[in-house]
Amino acid sequence: MTVFLIAAVIKIVLVVFLLLTGVAYMTWLERKVVGHIQNRWGPTRVGPFGLLQPLADGIKFILKEDMIPDSVHKGLYVLAPALALTMSLISIAVIPFGENINVAGTETPLQITGVAQAVGHPTDINIGLLIILGVTSIGVYGVALAGWSSNSKYALLGSLRASAQMISYELALGLSLIGVMILAGSFSLRHIVDEQSGTWLPFVPHWYIFPQFIAFFIYLMAAFAETNRIPFDLPEAETELVAGYHTEYSSMKFAMFFMAEYVNMITVGCLATLLFFGGWHGPLFGPPLLQSLLPIFWFSAKIFVFMFLYIWIRGTLPRFRYDQLMAFGWKFLLPLAIANIIVTSLIVALKA
Amino acid sequence: MVPLSWYLILSAILFCLGVSAFLLKRNIITIFMAIELMLNGVNLSFVAFANHWHQLSGQVFVFFVMVVAAAEAAVGLAIIIAVFRTRETLNVDQVNLLKL
Amino acid sequence: MLHQVLFIIFGLICVAGAVNLLIQRHPINSALSLVVVMGALSLIYLLLGAEFVAAVQIIVYAGAVMVLFVFVIMLLNAGAEERSRGSHVALWLGGPGVAVLTGLIVYLMVEHSSKFHDVTIGNLADFGDNTHAVANLLFKDFLLPFEITSILILIAIMGAVVLARREG
Repeated sequence: MTVFLIAAVIKIVLVVFLLLTGVAYMTWLERKVVGHIQNRWGPTRVGPFGLLQPLADGIKFILKEDMIPDSVHKGLYVLAPALALTMSLISIAVIPFGENINVAGTETPLQITGVAQAVGHPTDINIGLLIILGVTSIGVYGVALAGWSSNSKYALLGSLRASAQMISYELALGLSLIGVMILAGSFSLRHIVDEQSGTWLPFVPHWYIFPQFIAFFIYLMAAFAETNRIPFDLPEAETELVAGYHTEYSSMKFAMFFMAEYVNMITVGCLATLLFFGGWHGPLFGPPLLQSLLPIFWFSAKIFVFMFLYIWIRGTLPRFRYDQLMAFGWKFLLPLAIANIIVTSLIVALKA
Repeated sequence: MVPLSWYLILSAILFCLGVSAFLLKRNIITIFMAIELMLNGVNLSFVAFANHWHQLSGQVFVFFVMVVAAAEAAVGLAIIIAVFRTRETLNVDQVNLLKL
Repeated sequence: MLHQVLFIIFGLICVAGAVNLLIQRHPINSALSLVVVMGALSLIYLLLGAEFVAAVQIIVYAGAVMVLFVFVIMLLNAGAEERSRGSHVALWLGGPGVAVLTGLIVYLMVEHSSKFHDVTIGNLADFGDNTHAVANLLFKDFLLPFEITSILILIAIMGAVVLARREG
């Protein structure tokens, strides 16, 4: 019991540190890639290739004046960014990064909520995927309360639009994942990844993107809308509503919203990797030490591809108008996701 | 170990707090939330008894209660919006147009 | 032992949230206290071995129904309640009345508590986990109520759209 607690605490500290560093360097990656897409350099001055730019940004955020306007509802004003960031970070707890590792004689899986049942055989929460969906639902409160407590019309309009968008696309998100759950037979993320091991022909892996490509595209579009990224970022676009729901926020609280958005992007990338691309499964080769490190490398590479896709789309596409956005979510994605569930369950039922 | 009566006492406390909020508050939305609190207390009773008798029908009934509560919340809030449009107030004391 | 400590902590959070709903004057604070109550109840369901019900409580109740309440409060710009100028009969009769009701129920529970055995932790189902067992019940024994409930939701959606629509 105490071994589990100590291992969990160490894993939490490690994962949060790696995650926040990843978020910081994702901002750097975004500015560089969007800069190159727009035929300019991006940050180059602070450190080689601008690599110390996130550090400079962090120092700027900490040293900026943190003001609270007079007529805001103080409790909710401070609660909203904390809620958004906390909920983003909670969903990392159920994401598995790999199999058991053997540290100082004890086995522990690379997952904060995982338990090593036996040697090389970890297990985790039964309902991991539902926890991520639930935490995403609670994250809507951060956005809604931020706009309302700011007591300003731009913020209120922006937050109403953003939260209506988020709850609409949550439906399509959840329904698109049901196809994967039907194929895997479980909500547990580790079980879903285990079902995707192995290959059919020598080089076509068992990943769920092959039977569920429609679900994957629905998931991708719903994920873009959930994290309020282009092409769905009308609620926080600068030319539309000043800055949407975080108009009245400055310095550290604004940074918390920013971090929450990037952590959400990383979570969505992790989920897509686990559910559709086989998680940490990839070709293993070389000596045993390399073989135990390769799964982490494959997982990180797949997440990096998703982050690059996010940034690439940000630099390329224009944004949706709000009524187009809502019509797309309700009238196209939702019926398509339901049709996907019906077809998947028919095929699975007829096969058995 | 935890005796079952503790869970039932918690459920009773939540239900009675819901009843008192329903009777004492004047804002129509808060009264609605008190109804949701009462339904939650009842859900806790169902799940506790499902655990006690190892029959999962209690949990299935909790689903139905949740669904009915969600449907009722949607329709009730639509009625509140309609009332607000005409009466311009959310105070139940002032929605008394039919009073003699 | 850990079970008792966890139940007491979550139970206190529940009761504190419910009392806060009663005490607060602004409906948005009451709504957020209710979200806290639902979160704590979801954790208590986990203690009772009902993990699927706990997840559904967060996703549906705390994450959708309460968001609807918060939306309506934001849209209608509800303000804090003013002191009512009517009679306070409800407070003077109702407060002790509810206290008596609570005391009665608690007394009955405690008196009959010997008939119940302790709460069991862990899997309650004969095979599979909680989700499998509930799904078996829901789609085999309770199929008719399930279908009727889906029609009920459809009617509720139509009713809500019609009621909240602007005239003309």
